[in-house]
Amino acid sequence: MLEGIFVEGLIYAIMALGVFFTFRILDFPDLTVDGSFPLGAVIMATSLTAGQNPLAGLLLAFGGGVLAGFVTAAIHNRLKVPHLLAGILTMTMLYSVNIRILDNRANLPLLRVDTVLTHVAAWAENRIPVEWAALIFFILVVLIIKLALDLFFHTDMGLVFGALGNNEQMVRVQGVNPATLKLIGVGLSNGLVALSGAFAAQYQGFADVNLGQGIVVSGLASVMLGEFIIKSNRIGMLTLRVILGAILFKAIMYLGRFYGYYINMTPNDLKLIAGILIIASLAVTNYRRIRGKGGTAA
Amino acid sequence: MIRLENLACTFDAGTPNAKTVIKNFNLTVAAGEFVTIIGSNGAGKTTLFNLISGSLMPTSGRVWIKDQDVTAHPEYKRARYLGRIFQDPLAGTASNMTLEDNMMITCKKGFKWPVISLNRKMRAYFRDQLIHLKMGLEGRMKENVSSLSGGQRQALTLLMMVLSRPAIALLDEHTAALDPRNAAVVMDLTTRFIREHRLTTLMITHNMNHAIAYGSRLLMMDAGEIIIDVSGEEKAHLTVPRLLEMFADIRREAFGNDEMLLTGGRNLGH
Repeated sequence: MLEGIFVEGLIYAIMALGVFFTFRILDFPDLTVDGSFPLGAVIMATSLTAGQNPLAGLLLAFGGGVLAGFVTAAIHNRLKVPHLLAGILTMTMLYSVNIRILDNRANLPLLRVDTVLTHVAAWAENRIPVEWAALIFFILVVLIIKLALDLFFHTDMGLVFGALGNNEQMVRVQGVNPATLKLIGVGLSNGLVALSGAFAAQYQGFADVNLGQGIVVSGLASVMLGEFIIKSNRIGMLTLRVILGAILFKAIMYLGRFYGYYINMTPNDLKLIAGILIIASLAVTNYRRIRGKGGTAA
Repeated sequence: MIRLENLACTFDAGTPNAKTVIKNFNLTVAAGEFVTIIGSNGAGKTTLFNLISGSLMPTSGRVWIKDQDVTAHPEYKRARYLGRIFQDPLAGTASNMTLEDNMMITCKKGFKWPVISLNRKMRAYFRDQLIHLKMGLEGRMKENVSSLSGGQRQALTLLMMVLSRPAIALLDEHTAALDPRNAAVVMDLTTRFIREHRLTTLMITHNMNHAIAYGSRLLMMDAGEIIIDVSGEEKAHLTVPRLLEMFADIRREAFGNDEMLLTGGRNLGH
């Protein structure tokens, strides 16, 4: 069970990194996530059943997520629709798109096709236990994504992203179009989310169009839990704590699922728990800020 | 360098609340001119800057920058030619980023590609530039800008603006939020940078003495129009009483409680 928590935590960490990008760096609360996560899952499942190799499926899923993000950003940029509404619009439309991709079905099992994990298991055979192989594989995947993101935020473009969420006027004065940056940022973020969905589908053994329900909330909870564990301003630490937050969040959800019945809790209560976690995080952060800064505005 | 033709700007046009902030505005600023702009609150000074920089679109009229009609260009496109500094020292920098990151973002105008340019050479260049500020900032390049004082932030913003090599600087009361000592330091830097980089400059100020002491040309705005425009010899011999006299001649009204007097008027008794 323990490696299960870690593997799921790592898979969701990829999604949480995407949520972190939009919510924290871009200051663009993006709800597309609830649609782009299952989008990645259904693209992956469809391409696997069509006989594509897993790498192609992952790339397609990432690309699909980027496109979904583009749609949200374009609605926001072109029609001056508030970002929350733009995200909700795309998310809602994606529900139908996802069912279309699954050929008018709501889910697709992946029992008889070769997934990334079957490849990993085949490699691990006679070497190390399969569960451990999966864990090592996902640690590597998440590490690569984390390092790539860290590197990206050190580039000129990455630095401007940092400034955009902080001071949009400064970015405009610099001759950079904030709309273009938002398009790229929201696109990349949803690409990561869809990638996470693609891995989740393979790990669970099926893709389901309802996979994404409330996923943005769990992503946000992961980001906030991470901010609890580590206080830092360095980008390497920022991405690390998102990953740790995602694992911690999964652990809490596991506890809720397995031991919750002692206090009469059912798995249906988990979304309530996730919401309360976020509210508690916000309350504590608020309290700390008021105390820490002696009442001055932050 | 800048040419404004019959510029007009009305807020809430067509409604009972319609308010004309800039009317029938014509102005040509030649390359290398340093124009100071004074006027009471609501005279339209900041609106004028918004119209030039493109954060506000005019109701009618045209804006030319560098012999190019930029009336339809959005703000980020015009930004290539403009360096703008606001009264709020927080407006020009990203506070939760380091000094060197801020300088990297602003050292070049235009779109940024995902390449890493912040290397040892760049850091050395930034350090050399920061030394000129004489504020000890060259030793604090890894610190967040939020740890700097208002004066330091405004000096840094000024430096970053100059390093991005704009043709025109728009300074909107950029020393007004600072204490007198820091204001003097930033003002010294301003004049030095303008001279060294031959920047065409428009500077809004509430301080009549500043408006007279600095620059090669002085504009006074009132109710969305230029009412006084002096330069050359006439500007060189201008005094605060003379300026007030000119204003009174034009408006033929008591100057009494105008807020503008509060800063300039104190020094009237020589």
